[in-house]
Amino acid sequence: MHGAINKSVQAFLRDHYGAATWSRVADRAGVGREGFEAMLHYDDALTEALLHAAQRELEEPRAALLEDIGAWLAMTEPLRRLLRFGGSDYWDFLYSLDDLQGRGLMALPDLELPELTLQSDARGDFTLRVRGAMPGWGAVMAGVLRAMADDYGALVVIEPLEPQSGAERLRVRLLEVAYSAGRPFDLSPAAAEAGHE
Amino acid sequence: MNDLRKVASYQGLETLSSEALGQLMPMFLLLDMRGRICDLGPTLRKILGGQAVIGAAFARHFTLRRARGGRARRDRRTGARRLSLSLVSYPEISLRGVAVELGPRAGGRLLVNLSFGIHLAEAVREFGLTEADFAASDLAMEMLYLIEAKQAVLAELRALTQRLDEARHAALTQALSDPLTGLANRRAFDAALEVALADQRRSGREFALAHVDLDFFKAVNDTFGHAAGDAVLVQAAQVLSAEVRRGDLVARVGGDEFVLLLYGPSDPGQVEALVKRIIARLEEPVFHEGSECRISASVGIAISGAYAEPSVEQMLADADQALYRSKRNGRGCYSIHD
Repeated sequence: MHGAINKSVQAFLRDHYGAATWSRVADRAGVGREGFEAMLHYDDALTEALLHAAQRELEEPRAALLEDIGAWLAMTEPLRRLLRFGGSDYWDFLYSLDDLQGRGLMALPDLELPELTLQSDARGDFTLRVRGAMPGWGAVMAGVLRAMADDYGALVVIEPLEPQSGAERLRVRLLEVAYSAGRPFDLSPAAAEAGHE
Repeated sequence: MNDLRKVASYQGLETLSSEALGQLMPMFLLLDMRGRICDLGPTLRKILGGQAVIGAAFARHFTLRRARGGRARRDRRTGARRLSLSLVSYPEISLRGVAVELGPRAGGRLLVNLSFGIHLAEAVREFGLTEADFAASDLAMEMLYLIEAKQAVLAELRALTQRLDEARHAALTQALSDPLTGLANRRAFDAALEVALADQRRSGREFALAHVDLDFFKAVNDTFGHAAGDAVLVQAAQVLSAEVRRGDLVARVGGDEFVLLLYGPSDPGQVEALVKRIIARLEEPVFHEGSECRISASVGIAISGAYAEPSVEQMLADADQALYRSKRNGRGCYSIHD
């Protein structure tokens, strides 16, 4: 597994729950407290051990944990910005998800993101099919979609559907594209920083 | 067939509004035969700000840096020319594009389509551009995305390199130093001695090797315990380090054995004076948890200048032999190999 993924779980636990929680999870998982390097690779079993330990420590089901990780990740500024390059509104963003795997590969040629396919049905609802190397990417994406809806200021309802032919599925109902102002996004990172000051 | 297409394109252009042209090419520029700006796309308008543009001469706003070839080098069918420009108001931001002649039915006007080259990120920052300022077919968004993704990856790699470098440095220090006293260890000493000999062969810089063995250390250890013994060793290390000069090396090479590599005093008289002082200071009592610990030291010395061709093995053996002579002579004294 790409270290960026393990490092994300680690960063989520430490930033969201605190260093003490991270240390307890690391001990439980048999991982050094110094954690992971985002640019190295680790055995897949280690990722599983890490998630298992986090689940037991936080007493949360796997799906809820992964959804929180997804939402937290999408709210970290560098990743939020990269996701916002997907489009100028949430509708564009949803359609950019088809390219997310490819965009990930442009940044890190060996990053194994799931394959995403967006379909819309007659009522205007979307179904996102998520096919990843490990089960659980559907929940991560639910978190990402939820956080990005807030970021764009869109009003959406996201619910998991039964997996179908090996793909996890999410239903996305886009109730309003511009429900609130959302968070600002400037194409230029320097201008974005100046805006925050 | 060829003629049909030609007719279709002319008709298309006549019905193409300025707005539609701006959607397709947000940075288009329409010039009349005299090089005046007749029309321009919304992004170019944004970049040129509130300046009066329509009717102005091309050269007032743009500097032509390069136009590929003259008439002969143009594309035969379309008359297209590749251009490289810069903005008069921002000379550091370069633009590139293509110009096509629209022909006599369009009044001989010239249609230019521009885009940012390598300075895309600067232009976006400078002019506050948004996604809407680029054509949907433009790869600008992908380019900006890549720039940011690359920066994030690089920052991560740089941090990793920094951590690895610190770890390497710590491992190196650990591998070459004695954890109790912080002095160089046997391995570091061996390496330094090799360097010292090579140095002498090359530049004739002589040095002295002093083998220092603590006397009565075992008695301190047995009587007052290991903690007292450790305190004595730490104190001895401090004395040795304080007495030698900068650039000299002090190493702990065994339980109660130390060696000094002395570059400063290399004639026997100077070395003797230093060693006498060291022995005297080592004999000062060390107090550990109320116990008075007393030791002394025996020293054997070899001086590189005494050899025609000094070698590591020979100098170590000779310093050792001199040390045992000191021990036999009743301890607390030194001998120089000659």
